[in-house]
Amino acid sequence: MPLTPVQTLASIAVMAVVTFLTRALPFLLFDRGDHPPKLVLYLGRVLPPAIIAMLIVYCLKGVTFTTLGGWVPPLAAGLAAVLLHLWKGNDLISIFGATVFYMVLVQGVFA
Amino acid sequence: MNRKTLAAAFPVTVPVLMGYLAIGMAFGLMLQSIGYGVGWAVLMSAVIYAGSGQYLGVSLLAAGAPLTQVAFLTLMVNFRHLVYGLSMLEKFRGMGLRKFYMIFSLTDETYALLSSARAPEGVEEHDFFFAVALLDQSYWVLGSAVGSLLGSALGFDTTGVDFAMTALFLVIAVGQWRAAGSHIPALLGGAATLASLLVVGAEDMLLPALAIIVIALTLLRPRLDEKHEREEETPCP
Repeated sequence: MPLTPVQTLASIAVMAVVTFLTRALPFLLFDRGDHPPKLVLYLGRVLPPAIIAMLIVYCLKGVTFTTLGGWVPPLAAGLAAVLLHLWKGNDLISIFGATVFYMVLVQGVFA
Repeated sequence: MNRKTLAAAFPVTVPVLMGYLAIGMAFGLMLQSIGYGVGWAVLMSAVIYAGSGQYLGVSLLAAGAPLTQVAFLTLMVNFRHLVYGLSMLEKFRGMGLRKFYMIFSLTDETYALLSSARAPEGVEEHDFFFAVALLDQSYWVLGSAVGSLLGSALGFDTTGVDFAMTALFLVIAVGQWRAAGSHIPALLGGAATLASLLVVGAEDMLLPALAIIVIALTLLRPRLDEKHEREEETPCP
């Protein structure tokens, strides 16, 4: 816990307000029957996959290639998540299976 | 809200019940692992209410990230909500004060339910929407609390539980990849972020990456938009 309770509350408040704004913006801008500009609709359609890809790379920013433990667990568990999802198509099985696998790898195998 | 409406909404929300209990529990565990107990977990799930946003929030709290970075990253991870709102403009019209809650609670899963589910005969549609949204959030809060309490009661080694966030994004990406008409946006997003990581480093990688993504996608619009429109015009065989 590097933050004080007040700083934590401030962070949570910022997350809450920004999250609400992202959900409210379309209603604030286009609820009077105006049609959203075509560029907005286009970006709304093509941005989500690009941003999820961005966040995956962001999640994996700590990967290092100097030791086996620096890259094998995230690579193996990431592959497990994708393969489990292609196979079963169930969010929970994929997320939990991959996370438990990762925890076993970092705690047991590459500790 | 009457019992009949709740009884009609509950079966529709069962898949979300399973999902939110599980993903909420992982969130509670992650938050517990960085030293925040059940009160914090419930607070975050009550006022933020966003799966990937709260997962990211755990890493931001753990890093002691400055508020500007918290705001920016929360904006990025929730950007897709803009699209959801656009397709709910009509559905929420005329809901009065409850509309604020409907907008606040428009998560991926609630959006999915509201896009497809219909109110059964004899149940007012807006009551039904409200019940679905409220039930979904109650599962989320409950899951977060249970995860946090389990984490502190069992006291097991939670090292690596943060990988749940990576796995969640990978699962979303697989779904998007299958549904997408073009894989260019996803590939571009990954490549631009990797380039940004290599050039400016892990600390400041996201803003340049996002700038490249938005500019490149805007420039590619003639190509990507045209393809989309052609697909829409082609009738299914």
